[in-house]
Amino acid sequence: MSDATSEAAEAPKPKSGPPAAKHGHDDGNGHDHGHGHEEHDPIHLANPHLAHHFDTPQQQFDAGKLGIWLFLLTEVLFFAGLFCAYTVYRAYRPEVFVYAHYFLNTKLGALNTCVLLLSSLTAAWSVRNAQLRQHSALKLNIVITILCACTFMVVKYFEYQHKFHDGLLPGPHFAPTEQVWELESFKHKHPEAAEYAEHLYKQAEKKKAAAEKPAAAGAAPAPGAEAAKEGAAATEEHTVHARPTEEQLEPLIAAGVLGPKAETRDVPSKPRNAHVFFSIYFFMTGLHGLHVLIGIGIWVWLLLKANKNVFGPNYFGPIDYAALYWHLVDLIWIYLFPLLYLIH
Amino acid sequence: MSEHAHDHAHGAEGHGDGHDDHGLAHTTPVSLLVGILAILLVLTILTVSVTSFDLGAQGNLVVAMVIATIKAALVVTFFMHLFWDKKFHLILFMTSVLFLILFLSMAITDRGEYDKDVEAFRAAQAQLNAK
Repeated sequence: MSDATSEAAEAPKPKSGPPAAKHGHDDGNGHDHGHGHEEHDPIHLANPHLAHHFDTPQQQFDAGKLGIWLFLLTEVLFFAGLFCAYTVYRAYRPEVFVYAHYFLNTKLGALNTCVLLLSSLTAAWSVRNAQLRQHSALKLNIVITILCACTFMVVKYFEYQHKFHDGLLPGPHFAPTEQVWELESFKHKHPEAAEYAEHLYKQAEKKKAAAEKPAAAGAAPAPGAEAAKEGAAATEEHTVHARPTEEQLEPLIAAGVLGPKAETRDVPSKPRNAHVFFSIYFFMTGLHGLHVLIGIGIWVWLLLKANKNVFGPNYFGPIDYAALYWHLVDLIWIYLFPLLYLIH
Repeated sequence: MSEHAHDHAHGAEGHGDGHDDHGLAHTTPVSLLVGILAILLVLTILTVSVTSFDLGAQGNLVVAMVIATIKAALVVTFFMHLFWDKKFHLILFMTSVLFLILFLSMAITDRGEYDKDVEAFRAAQAQLNAK
């Protein structure tokens, strides 16, 4: 504790007048905790934003700072649960993540990363503005931070809308309208594999149609035998003509489209339990997005406060704490972006 | 630099250059903040472009996580002022990171523990279907 504090606590100040004393909200009990009446003490008189239970602006600031760091600690552990789900499931079923990442738009993810990083700069800058009493720069930086946060949410909205539209929903609602090899991102990365999967799929469709035709007709004497014959012919044709190369096969197996991890054995499909990725995706980005929304609310509140020019070298705690929270939200996105969008 | 953080008795109105102690805490210079953002953006471009190279089984994941951790360290150290802040806040934060790592590494050790049960279940189901 500094000298100024103890001095203020011990000596009753002559400056205090009766009108100030009437303001008292600690009706006499204040004597017990030995802090004196803040109305009497020059530090409180000089700092209208110093709460009565703190002795100095430094003590108030340090207490708030410790509080926000403790909160951030719980936030890290809060998100740790989701990161744990991600880690365990990715270790267990890597092909699901390879499959699903083709559905995510890396460009939009990268754009959001840049937007969030920019808002982190303006948040850190606004702390400096508050410390130096640069009122208009403070307001400008808060406004830019809010605009960046809104941009992030708008981009996220379009991403979510696209996912909903394409049936990329978690749990039992997962019903993708497109096969992974039909996606531009897949075709661009593995053109030969995409072609091969398309070929296999069409062949399987043909086989299925051939098997169904006599069954639908009903009159055919031995539909099973005929279908089997046609099916066998199709398989034969395929084995003779198209022996898959490494390039054709590898990406499909890695994405769980073919092979033991796939949903169906003969037809190229999707990996089993691919919906779990989208559960993880929506929970992680959703919880992060909720934090961004709460952050927007906090920044709007601080903008209103900054509008009254209350912040200065002795009172910038709220800006600092909000910025720390904002940086943590940014920090989580720094990990979410490569984990969800940049799977190789 | 850390002496600034402990310099509590300092006057509140100590205006000077960016490195000075303005009252309650360190004031980060704008040039440093902008420089950090530039590095963060460069690292973002790097982490996106590195995905087009195949770096082996877990190579891409490792590189992506290393880059993300460098970015996170820059944000925590400079944007979140931990470089100048009380060391206790750093200890608090690192404690949470430590427990996060413990949590993930403990969880990942038993990821394959139930494989046998799953296989047994699948075999039993296949047998039922065959009957």
